[in-house]
Amino acid sequence: MIRNFRQFAVFCTCAVVSLAAQAQLSIEVTGAGANRIPVTIADFGGDAGSARAITTVVRGDLERSGLFKLVEQAQSPLTEASSIDFAAARSRGADAVAAGSIGATADGRHEARFRLHDTNKQAQLAGAAFVTSTPLLRAAGHRIADVIYEKLIGEPGVFSTRIAYVVKAGVNRFQLQIADADGQNAQAALISKEPIISPSWSPDGTRLAYVSFENKKPVVYVHSLATGKRTVAANFKGSNSAPAWSPDGRRLAVVLTKDGGSQLFTVGADGSGVQRLASSGGIDTEPQYSPDGQFIYFTSDRGGSPQIYRVSSSGGTPQRVTFEGSYNVTPRLSPDGRSMAFISRRDGGFRLAVMDLASKQVQVLTDSNKDESPSFAPNGRMILIATEIGGRGVLSAVSVDGRIKQRLSVAAGDVREPAWGPYQK
Amino acid sequence: MNKLIIPALLALLIAGCSSTPDTGAEQSGAPVEGRDGVRTVTTGGVGSSQLPAVLTDPKSILSKRSVYFDYDSFEIKSEFKDLVSAHARFLAENRQFKMLIQGNTDERGSREYNIALGQKRADAVKKALMLMGVREEQVESVSLGEEKPSCVDQGESCWAKNRRGDMLYNGEF
Repeated sequence: MIRNFRQFAVFCTCAVVSLAAQAQLSIEVTGAGANRIPVTIADFGGDAGSARAITTVVRGDLERSGLFKLVEQAQSPLTEASSIDFAAARSRGADAVAAGSIGATADGRHEARFRLHDTNKQAQLAGAAFVTSTPLLRAAGHRIADVIYEKLIGEPGVFSTRIAYVVKAGVNRFQLQIADADGQNAQAALISKEPIISPSWSPDGTRLAYVSFENKKPVVYVHSLATGKRTVAANFKGSNSAPAWSPDGRRLAVVLTKDGGSQLFTVGADGSGVQRLASSGGIDTEPQYSPDGQFIYFTSDRGGSPQIYRVSSSGGTPQRVTFEGSYNVTPRLSPDGRSMAFISRRDGGFRLAVMDLASKQVQVLTDSNKDESPSFAPNGRMILIATEIGGRGVLSAVSVDGRIKQRLSVAAGDVREPAWGPYQK
Repeated sequence: MNKLIIPALLALLIAGCSSTPDTGAEQSGAPVEGRDGVRTVTTGGVGSSQLPAVLTDPKSILSKRSVYFDYDSFEIKSEFKDLVSAHARFLAENRQFKMLIQGNTDERGSREYNIALGQKRADAVKKALMLMGVREEQVESVSLGEEKPSCVDQGESCWAKNRRGDMLYNGEF
């Protein structure tokens, strides 16, 4: 996938900062990529406090990805205008050096400028400037990290994306939270006394569909994050659950029991025009569109045990996708549509697995007992899951080769039901 | 070449929040309100109201509302047949009453798949009630899956309490 490098991005600062959540996610990383790229992120020039805030974010992002090794700088500090001592940087082992500064704009905002240099070619790889207000310095840092990641790895970074998840902080305290991909800046979109499950991002990242039990039964809502406006997408007699957006953002695949049994339907995101998608005498659930919109993958017990099937989004006869084992559920397609993450019961534990859809080859990526709810990062590099450690729900991001694992947890409470959001436009 | 285009950037900032510089680059730098603004919504539960004593008196069989199921089973065990029959009689004789049947599962496995399994339990209770004369419009079967456990410890004795169908009357849901 080739995307244009975002060379000159503009940040606007008219932020409405709403209620900050008390519970911040903290991240722990285990494992690392085989060949980490050695890179120096210099101390930036300009206002020292702001510069530190930004470089801390950039370094943290790159380090946690498991794909970079941070190399201490030879000169200090370095701005985008500094001439780089390439020989010194090379002697410390750095393949690339990022340098920059934080300046002030006429209207009192910050301007973060930086350049990325290749120490071997002694050439500039990238340059960018981001304008931001103080509360959003972190966002500018994520953007810089994305630029560096994309230039050095060759695919877009996901540091500027967001994740959604549910925190259970007591028997009757549930929060649907939205945080930056590094777990910071968490904000509550919904606070409820009843459970919330299955959050699903609209393709444009502005809305979440989810299942709320606030009416003593599962009902599917669509929630606009910026305004807090919620609309009921499915509240038929019986249960309404498992929403999944169509790639064009117009419809949701949902599971309804209104006509008997748990069956697949599609419905307009505004709740209009319900249509049946497939029929079985058993359970059909957990629908998920392929990225091209051609297929809907889902879990069904039509063959006796829960297995993953797929059906054309225009209907027809479903084909079985998983065959190994007696419990394979929760299909989630990679952004390029070539592989599928799912949860497989192996040796009594529920584990994250990935199937290459062309070869049908399956790789089990974890050895945990209670993995749930996988979702791919928008660049396809990591898979976010919920799992349990010491009886407590935590989130874990696992690289698709299983080598890198990041664990995200909150001090007080269970974290579950993660969903990785799309690229921010 | 290789210079940061600061003047162009500033011009853009003056021009507006969400525009993208005309460099052929892909759009980025969305307005921050859209990106970071999350407005919090708070929602409550539903309260309960007065019910006739026959439904709440601990001495009345109708005060019992739970049917327990075996692992991976959706059949009403014989020990619960009298209870279900008593509720069926009450509903048949009191057509103004409505019932919500909530199916539940233990915590093992996918949350959404467990919603579907809990639905099968709720449906089994609904079917039994209707066979005994309850009208379809009086009952709704729904599932809470593994989301509302009555017991939160690990192990079979606890899980068994969570494999359950609960019968709620109007005012209780």
